[in-house]
Amino acid sequence: MEFGSIRLRQESNRYSQEYFSRYRIPSGCAIFGMMDQSGGRFNGSQVIDGIALMHERSNGLGGGFAGYGIYPQYKDDWAFHIIYDGPEARCLTEEKLSSNFRILFSEEIPTREVKGIENPPMIYRYFLKPADFAYSITSGRHSIKANTYQKILNDNERFKIMEEDFIVSFVMEVNSGHNGSYIISSGKNMGIFKGVGFPEDIGNFFKLETYRGHLWISHGRFPTNTIGWWGGSHPFGLLNWSVVHNGEISSYGTNRRFVSGFGYKCVLSTDTEVITYLFDLIVRKQNIDPGILHLILSPPLWDEIERMSEDEMKLAKILRILYGGALINGPFSIITATNEYMYALNDRCKLRPLVAAKKSDFLFISSEEAPIKLICPHPDIVWHPGGGEPVIGRLNKNSAIDHKEKIVEDILNRM
Amino acid sequence: MKELIDSKGLGYRELNGHIRKILGLSSSDSGNRYAGMEILLKNVCGQRYIGCGLKGDHKISIEGVPGNDLAAFMDGPIIEVFENGQDGIGNTMNSGKVIIHGDTGDIVGYSMRGGEIYIEGSAGFRCGIHMKAYKKKTPVIIIGGSAGDYLGEYMAGGIIILLSLRRKGVDKVFGTGTNRAGYHIGSGMHGGTIYIRGKVEEYKLGRDVIIDEPKGSDIDILYEYIGNYCNFFSADASSIKVEDFIKLIPFSHRPYKKLYTY
Repeated sequence: MEFGSIRLRQESNRYSQEYFSRYRIPSGCAIFGMMDQSGGRFNGSQVIDGIALMHERSNGLGGGFAGYGIYPQYKDDWAFHIIYDGPEARCLTEEKLSSNFRILFSEEIPTREVKGIENPPMIYRYFLKPADFAYSITSGRHSIKANTYQKILNDNERFKIMEEDFIVSFVMEVNSGHNGSYIISSGKNMGIFKGVGFPEDIGNFFKLETYRGHLWISHGRFPTNTIGWWGGSHPFGLLNWSVVHNGEISSYGTNRRFVSGFGYKCVLSTDTEVITYLFDLIVRKQNIDPGILHLILSPPLWDEIERMSEDEMKLAKILRILYGGALINGPFSIITATNEYMYALNDRCKLRPLVAAKKSDFLFISSEEAPIKLICPHPDIVWHPGGGEPVIGRLNKNSAIDHKEKIVEDILNRM
Repeated sequence: MKELIDSKGLGYRELNGHIRKILGLSSSDSGNRYAGMEILLKNVCGQRYIGCGLKGDHKISIEGVPGNDLAAFMDGPIIEVFENGQDGIGNTMNSGKVIIHGDTGDIVGYSMRGGEIYIEGSAGFRCGIHMKAYKKKTPVIIIGGSAGDYLGEYMAGGIIILLSLRRKGVDKVFGTGTNRAGYHIGSGMHGGTIYIRGKVEEYKLGRDVIIDEPKGSDIDILYEYIGNYCNFFSADASSIKVEDFIKLIPFSHRPYKKLYTY
């Protein structure tokens, strides 16, 4: 398949402006996630079916998928998906890659021609091991600050965090470098596939039926308040994180300032990006259990906190005060995934739809119930999570509801 | 006359087109050519706008999950769903009945102006948002299980009845106490009535409602709609006692008059 050398951003910018000057397309985002909590792997076609059923929620300006467990042959190596404006950008970035990493394998991501997918960029994937010297000299200026919150780490843990911090700073450097390269996926044993088009077409384009993973999330429509371009579609990824988002973040400025203090640069000019960095900072670096994350991102109102039991109240207060800048305001429903779990959350007033369902080891999360019933006609339980009420599906733990009390106890001991 | 449509794989335009064709409607007219039609929709999965704008005494039964805006602008027909419903059921509905054998998503009865919606299980957030009544038209929503936050938000008229029943292993619990309503009940409410079975904690109420006791005509209303609910869903009427209900009415008919000059 031949790729034209196009300037990614300008081209898609023009495209979306044309699109909008002709007619407005009423739509709301569609999000859909599916996970086998026992770790069994299934191909991406069911997820495509699920998101395709919510076609009316999409508008053809963005679609994407994240699959976990799809690269078992390289499960301990970093898998990068990179999109390039043209061969020039590829040369520049590959040079940078080879000076920082050992490239175990690289190839153009196989795609097929699909009606409705126009002007795709060059899309490559790389399996990488960081060169030893690369991160030993990276000071990880934001790592030190965050690690002071943590209990003393052993060498392995410290090493792991150093390596991850190096990847983060490398991704930040490339993505903010304006040379026409964007790393859209940078985790281990996972990958993000996204672009401009309807999600079902994007899924087809990337041949997702040929990948098998234990967890898939997907998105239709495009980043709110932003032009639709290939790098700007959802899911957003950093390390193993991927985030799909329906809604918009009115607190974007506050959140952005909050994460920028820890070295995260918001470069994709969209609000969803900042959620990815919040997860990375709070869960990966500061080691907060996702079971209490909703008390930070979508916390209860103060009068609700006043009615909590003493322990819960103490925790909720601490988190609201410490993480004021991480509170996400505005209407949203999100699904976040990492290799170990799938996490969904609404804003505290539930201004965007969210439905969840369980069927033995499978957990489904969706904007609408119909796609769940399409894939799984008789789930064991279907529920509509309330505002600020998380849904967590952990790998190898057959429970979508956390042991909240245990976590509360842990965190209070730590504070 | 009875008709059946297999909706498998149909888009919402095709499906609604089939329905209108069976009812003898062209795309431009909403008048009736036939009366008393019964249509069974099989394998429905997420198709939107079913029953949108339909008039007359028809009945549509739905097997599968219907999409958003079921019965929007509907004026007369009965729609019965043997599954859960999604968001926006009865959006600006004018008259008719919607009977849901399951739970529903958010904003049930959004701007509803007449007709009745019966939900066997639980309703999502913002049920009955901006319902209104006019002259003889009074919209009614009856919820069997629980309701999410902001029940009857900005309600301007009509009736919401929350039965707070529990079904084994299915229902989620919102809040505490015997009632099964969420927080911020009736916030911005300035007309209509909400009846809730169970004692409601003061902090769950929006600042625009006050608690009253059902009496006189309230009792008749409760008997009538609870009777209908039990009839549709074969529930045990004896377990629902009228004296367990409280009544919520708006504090003021113009809560925002201080904010606007006219």
